Amino acid sequence: MSAEYDIAETLDVKGASCPMPVVKTKGAIDDLSAGEVLEVVATDSGSVSDIDGWASGTAGVELIGQEEGGDVYKHYVRKTE
Amino acid sequence: MSTDTSSPDGADAAADDAPTRAELAARVDELEEALGDVATGDDGKKMSIIATKGTLDMAYPPLILASTAAAFGYEVTVFHTFWGLDILHEERSENLQLSSVGNPNMPMPNAVAALPGMDRVTTRMMRKRIADNDTASIKELFETSLDMGVEFQACQMTIELMGYDEDDFYDGVTTGVGAATALQDMAEADIQLLV
Repeated sequence: MSAEYDIAETLDVKGASCPMPVVKTKGAIDDLSAGEVLEVVATDSGSVSDIDGWASGTAGVELIGQEEGGDVYKHYVRKTE
Repeated sequence: MSTDTSSPDGADAAADDAPTRAELAARVDELEEALGDVATGDDGKKMSIIATKGTLDMAYPPLILASTAAAFGYEVTVFHTFWGLDILHEERSENLQLSSVGNPNMPMPNAVAALPGMDRVTTRMMRKRIADNDTASIKELFETSLDMGVEFQACQMTIELMGYDEDDFYDGVTTGVGAATALQDMAEADIQLLV
């Protein structure tokens, strides 16, 4: 599934719990260029709703996909500007 | 509204002054643009938090919300006063305690919880849970928030009231501020919270 995105960087936040997945995602996105996609790998089940909410409320980012597999949640965020 | 019977001259003057359709359209565009800036204004979003509590459990909400708001692009100010100062206090922040009394959800009766040393026991239990759950420590959240541009302010009046010194606080903490500073931040903020 994840092969459909051209991933520029992967952020591993497995084990981290709220608010760190969102906070670290923000930090990682800042280091990317416009158009690039960040893959976030988390184990916090709250990250599904939190990263969605963060992406909706934040300028310059777009959530393009989320996947659940086992205990791992993957989020794909594109930097738009 | 006008019940005046305007003179014919006045009416003519008003008609002459009336904006043209093109002028009105331009004005509407201008206003819509200004309104758009106000409505979206991502760069201008602000949050103001007043942190008044210094127990281990109550130290978390302001820091979690501050770091998360910073991730959303908010300009965040956290004004610490009374026991909230302990969160910014280099020495005391490492040793925040959880009270075992006054919380009926604690798994022990208050009569037992009030025994000497019980606060240490409940604090140790909570610290273990925090570590087991991989929840960030208070220090980690503070440092992360500071890195993200959150401004932490220590209320000058309560620094003196509590017998602290300005040098007791972490680097990067703003001192020499009072209620008027906090109020100004709150007046400008989109979100204001008292914790």
